[in-house]
Amino acid sequence: MLSNKQAIEQLEALAADQSLLTEKPLSQGRLAMKRFRGRKSGMIGLTIVMFLVFVAIFAPLIAPFDPNDVLVGEVENITRRASPCVHIFGCDSELPQHILGTDGNTRDQFSRIVYGSRVSLTLGLFTVTLALVVGTSLGAVAGYAGGWLDNIIMRIMDVVLGFPSLLLAITIVSVFGPGLRNALIAIAVVSIPAYARVMRAQVLAIKETDYVAAARALGAAPRQILLRRVIPNAMTPLVVLATLGIATAILEAAGLSFLGLGAQPPLAEWGSMLASERNQVFTSPHLVFFPGLAIMLTVLGFNLIGDGLRDALDPTLNR
Amino acid sequence: MLSFIVRRTLSAIPVLVGIVVVVFFLIRAIPGDPCTAMLGEQATPEGCMRFNEANGLDEPTLVQLGIYMRDVATLDLGDSIRFSQPVNQLLVERLPLTVELAFSALVIAVLVGVPLGVLAARKHNTAVDSATMAFANVGVSMPVFWLGLMLAYFFAVILKDTPLALPPSGRLSAGTLSDPYYERWGWDVGEEGFWAKLHEFIGNHFIFNAFITGQWSVFGDAIKHMILPSIALATIPLAIIARITRSSLLEVMGKDYIRTARAKGAKEGRVVRYHALRNSLLPVVTIIGLQMGLLLGGAVLTETVFNLSGVGRALFDAITGRDYAIVQGFTVVIASGYVVVNLLVDLSYAYLDPTIRVE
Repeated sequence: MLSNKQAIEQLEALAADQSLLTEKPLSQGRLAMKRFRGRKSGMIGLTIVMFLVFVAIFAPLIAPFDPNDVLVGEVENITRRASPCVHIFGCDSELPQHILGTDGNTRDQFSRIVYGSRVSLTLGLFTVTLALVVGTSLGAVAGYAGGWLDNIIMRIMDVVLGFPSLLLAITIVSVFGPGLRNALIAIAVVSIPAYARVMRAQVLAIKETDYVAAARALGAAPRQILLRRVIPNAMTPLVVLATLGIATAILEAAGLSFLGLGAQPPLAEWGSMLASERNQVFTSPHLVFFPGLAIMLTVLGFNLIGDGLRDALDPTLNR
Repeated sequence: MLSFIVRRTLSAIPVLVGIVVVVFFLIRAIPGDPCTAMLGEQATPEGCMRFNEANGLDEPTLVQLGIYMRDVATLDLGDSIRFSQPVNQLLVERLPLTVELAFSALVIAVLVGVPLGVLAARKHNTAVDSATMAFANVGVSMPVFWLGLMLAYFFAVILKDTPLALPPSGRLSAGTLSDPYYERWGWDVGEEGFWAKLHEFIGNHFIFNAFITGQWSVFGDAIKHMILPSIALATIPLAIIARITRSSLLEVMGKDYIRTARAKGAKEGRVVRYHALRNSLLPVVTIIGLQMGLLLGGAVLTETVFNLSGVGRALFDAITGRDYAIVQGFTVVIASGYVVVNLLVDLSYAYLDPTIRVE
């Protein structure tokens, strides 16, 4: 057994140990970041998305041609729907080099795909921001107010969820007319209920916590409690949902463009590029293959990040 | 249990009514009226007046809504302006294809997805697990229409003249005819009326019809045409089901009763099959219900890619062609189907997990 004196000496030694003082405990955010970095799939997703963002920003430097340039008459020996041709891989040097071939209007497909990344990334980001802001506001109000307001908001959300999302998006785009901006709004509208529901569930749980009760006891106004206490604490699952939402939005926007309701020609958008050449799939498969591959890669990147974030932000998965 | 069923069924009614109302107003908000869309150059003011009168479009909107609600309640979905045919007839002709397509896709998704998820969970943190999950991640990221076109190219062009070649479009090969079961069996079902149409509807499920009547060449041909579209449509649900099965099974495998089962000396296969899998399938069942919406949305794209005339494609054409009756009728039917499936899922969930009934 230690004597008092010995115990005090040990405590003094402990207090003198500088390493314990300098090693700060990790904050929640840092802990989550550390866990995210440990997830291989999340890091792969992040790499893919960073790469795409890089391509989108530097598109004019990467693309050899303007995406809308009809090259017939400008480039020698160019043909419509030419197969990919890379000189160092043994393609005839008489032929012009187009690493992903040319489309039905003799435009360079590689340049169009490079520029297409700008459209898809912007679209995904805007759609999700719109849906996130509207959806979380509705959900927060419904959850915090309760009663008839909650009932009305959530029944409307149920009706929206009652439709298959793509069909509802098609209807909305038909109402407002085809085009990229309306497609964006339609996809945002159909994804609002998901955010509203998650936010509402979060608010319902947080409303009962002691710190909200304390704020109320101190006389804080409901609006202040909602904005300063409840919403910041409820955001974690919504961050994950939003990341996965970008993936869904890009996929659905491509679907709408494929049906001719989204991006309109000549805009270099992957879904509409694929749609305009779909009847040539048996003769020029590369014109369908590469735009689709680009869509898949982008969606995959956001899905992987979303998964990684979910694992990193969920403390119960701490294994 | 009974009170739960009643309560849950009743709570679906306001949603259904809401859907009918929303569709009714949404479709009327589409710019351009059906008269100019249908009559084209002959859309004179007088012509339009006659047209609107004939189609009940001259009534006030709320009266139109009242009439429509009454008609829907009596299963009358009105006439398509474009096809000059009752919407019910179009449903009889086109819905079976979509049902067969969605059903085959769902079967593929469950039969492949669940075992894949179980495999990944049992080989947790191994190369098999990583490969399966990589496959699932790629699967959920795949545009349906792209996969469809690529499958069509691969099986119809690259594998042409091999035994593995598959047709890239249509429901049956040219010259192949499906005899409805009531004609084969000499039943007199008549031409008109609810029962005649119901028989026609059932008979239009070519795969099912050929199976029960033993028309094996038709059966094989119909299946062959269905393979590519249903694989394309199944991919995303399949990947989602595999992921949910895996995570749910992993969670259950950490439970105390699994340790108890192992402690009693049960073999690992038995533990998984009898103790873990059953309990882990609850979230999977929910997800399957939620996939119905995805399948119906995907059906529009799949039917477009494979030139199939199902309800998805018809609905798309009707929306862009301002055919009110079809859009209203089809959407109501699809949304009702969706609501009913989710109702069934909720009920099966309550059946599988007794704690839910109490809430």
